[in-house]
Amino acid sequence: MGKALLYNCQNGAWISAWGVLYTGLLLVSSTFATEPDIQLRDTCPPSFSLSDDNRCSLRHMYQLYDSLQDSGIGGLKTALPKARDGFSPQQIDLGRLLFFDPILSADNSLSCATCHNPKQGFSDAMGRSVGIGGHVQSRSAPTLWNSTFLSSFFWDARASSFEEQALGPLFSPHEMGNTPEQLMASLNSAAAYKGLFKQAFPNQKTPLSINNVIASLTAFQSSLVSLNSRYDQYAHGYHQALNDNEIAGLNVFRSFVARCSQCHTPPLFTNQQVAVIGTPEPEGLARDVGAEQTFNSKVLRGGFKVPTLRNIAQTAPYMHSGRFKTLREAAEFYTGGRGHAVPKGEDLLLHWHISEPNLTSNEIDQLVDFMKTLSDESFTPATPKQAPSGLPFKHMENAHEKT
Amino acid sequence: MKKLNSLAIGLAVVTFAAGWYLGGSNDALTITSSAGGKSYAGGYVDEQATETASNRAVKLRTTEGKTHVVNPGDLIQAAVELAQPGDTIQVMPGTYSETVYIDKDDIHLLGVIVEGERATLDGLKTLNDAILYSGNNIIIENFKIIDYKGNGIMSQAGNNFEIRNNLIIDTGIYGIFPQLGKNGLIEHNVVSGIADAAIYVGMSDNIHVAYNEVFDSVAGIEIENSRHAIVEHNHTHHNTGGILAFITPGLPVKDTYDVIIRNNFIMDNNTPNFGAPGSTVAGIPAGTGILIMAADDVVVEGNIISNHKTAGILITDHGNADNLTLDPESDPNADGAMILDNVMLNNGYDTIDAVRAFALTELHTGDIDIFQIGPTEGSCIINRHRYKTVGIGDFTDCDFTNTNDIENYLLAGGAEPRVIHPSERGEIAYLGVCTGCHAYAGRLIGPSVQEIQALYANRPEALVQYINAPTPMRTDYPEMPAQNYLDAETQLAVANYILQVGN
Repeated sequence: MGKALLYNCQNGAWISAWGVLYTGLLLVSSTFATEPDIQLRDTCPPSFSLSDDNRCSLRHMYQLYDSLQDSGIGGLKTALPKARDGFSPQQIDLGRLLFFDPILSADNSLSCATCHNPKQGFSDAMGRSVGIGGHVQSRSAPTLWNSTFLSSFFWDARASSFEEQALGPLFSPHEMGNTPEQLMASLNSAAAYKGLFKQAFPNQKTPLSINNVIASLTAFQSSLVSLNSRYDQYAHGYHQALNDNEIAGLNVFRSFVARCSQCHTPPLFTNQQVAVIGTPEPEGLARDVGAEQTFNSKVLRGGFKVPTLRNIAQTAPYMHSGRFKTLREAAEFYTGGRGHAVPKGEDLLLHWHISEPNLTSNEIDQLVDFMKTLSDESFTPATPKQAPSGLPFKHMENAHEKT
Repeated sequence: MKKLNSLAIGLAVVTFAAGWYLGGSNDALTITSSAGGKSYAGGYVDEQATETASNRAVKLRTTEGKTHVVNPGDLIQAAVELAQPGDTIQVMPGTYSETVYIDKDDIHLLGVIVEGERATLDGLKTLNDAILYSGNNIIIENFKIIDYKGNGIMSQAGNNFEIRNNLIIDTGIYGIFPQLGKNGLIEHNVVSGIADAAIYVGMSDNIHVAYNEVFDSVAGIEIENSRHAIVEHNHTHHNTGGILAFITPGLPVKDTYDVIIRNNFIMDNNTPNFGAPGSTVAGIPAGTGILIMAADDVVVEGNIISNHKTAGILITDHGNADNLTLDPESDPNADGAMILDNVMLNNGYDTIDAVRAFALTELHTGDIDIFQIGPTEGSCIINRHRYKTVGIGDFTDCDFTNTNDIENYLLAGGAEPRVIHPSERGEIAYLGVCTGCHAYAGRLIGPSVQEIQALYANRPEALVQYINAPTPMRTDYPEMPAQNYLDAETQLAVANYILQVGN
């Protein structure tokens, strides 16, 4: 038990390997910034198998199981939804470099990692993220862990692929503020990138393109897999992985009183549907209509995509705009009574599983304990030692109330 | 058809599909005998369909494991924890207040009935669910379950299950609720006083619900977002709605089709709706015998449907139902409804305004046996003249008269788990778990795979022993955590894999 726990604390494995690699590179190439000589990795990240045609295919323990109608949802020993994979090691690695490089933003003030910081559960510890020029966004940055299994993206489910999603923040005037033309110009002027794109897309006439930026970011995000939590050990049959309190929490979680697992369905802990649950906005903020806009449908007013709960302990605060500081507050919301936080005059078609569970304080504690067993960051990718553009990194760890 | 007289019914024992002229009338009335003729072929195009049907969902054991006996004062869960797949747990009569959860395969959990005295699970109105399971090949029999807040018996993703001969009284939301499972039998249960559905089959395939009595609940038996289900020989009475087949939009499995509802006694389901606000069943009009909402290919045959004030059979699309969310991925229409011979008595005598108003558009007043609203394609009926109907003008005459060819949709061989070759299992575990700390060449957190290969060449068992209980071998490396959570088969597979893997 103790040792099993230990395993999950060793988040540095992948990080240190990358660190070693990059330190080595920097030593042999001291003129890194002007005369770039970065070799992209030719091996896949952990959990991926390299094929003869240089593609990385995902392997994970849930591939031992099936799921009903290949839906990728169910119970403990259930297959996951189909993952996005098949990228080359070089594409994944280039995606990683781009991900951390502030060159992607119009004024070099943010990288993807600014809001999706691997040290903060690929989020940023903020209720609402801050974009270019201090623009406060209307929603929080979702975690990227296990997004390879998703079929819809953004809180309001408005994108259906990584590629579609990436265009949002890159070219939104309030997020990274870039334009395709300016992004191409910046990448072309950063000496390192020409060679890097050539390595990643060797057979293309013009490897440096917006499409390949997007493809690389997709490749990198598809490698962010977290499936080795203590919960997973329990699911695969090792029941000692969870203590009595955590198992009690699992049973509250899947009980039909709390009904958490009806939407946060294992093994991904989301059923990927839109749900209207009626959480309050932060003080003074207008109602976010959510998926009403995406689907142009009143009945989805205030609806948001059910988020995964994997690594949820790392991504406080909670809900689409961060109203709840702690996991406990977030869990408590569900026992406050159907619609208790919906203001008068606001007409929401609340989800049928939003009920009156009347959970005890002890049960809420158990739920929180259980959710903490969903943490696993053992395959966290390393932060590059330096951005290929030579720009300083822009991902700070923000302070947040840890749960 | 409204002119039909009792004489015509008296004469209905006629040759199959023969047309008859009633004396003096110009109407050519087709009377179809369901005693012969073609059978519905079923909704299966799967290879498994050609396998012989079974009347069991759990394969008989070739060898029995241990039997664990639980006596009053003991915890049933303690026996579950001791039990290995293949074991049986016998629970002696008495009262037990606990939530039993089975996250293992092949466990038979049997209450023992002694002179009518049952093993009783009592939730004391404080416990959530009585029995939860996620394993495959689970049997749950002979319990009495009372006063839980959540569900009586619930599963997520268990395949091959049998839930039989349980008495479930006032347990909250659902009496019996298998979800996301394949190949299950629910029979001979008596379920009552449930605030949602007495028996609720959700997002499941190959289900057989038979010989149950369900009453005093909002919904009697529900088949929701499920396929290849048969509901037969049940007695459902004094609920708000008797038997339901429908699609709830907004769920991850999007359709319901190939459902046969036959030979049930569906009576007096007029109980005022006491479903929780917002629940799907809260929209069922009291006095509904059978409700088909957006489900496709539902056969209704041989039921006695009597004394329902709204309608005997109510068929609707999503568009005409209230309080549903939007789901562009779900087809909102109820297509392929197939109404074969049923006995329908005294239905629709005090229907709801919406139904009455629509009936008036067809100049229909008075009782309603069958009510259909919303777009529908491929629906059919035989002997339509027998019933008081609204909205079935587009229904054709079915080209079959019975479902005799279909005994059930259970899978004789069971829904088998994925067959995983040991080498594939080894690769999955190696990449999915080990590569976080071990690279093929060079140090990561632990030593390289090449070093491990040199150390354990041809000795996979020794490697298994090590990963189960590692002892520090290198002072300059962190201690390896035990990988004892992997089962023995996976441990050996991964050891073999590691010892031969290249790059």
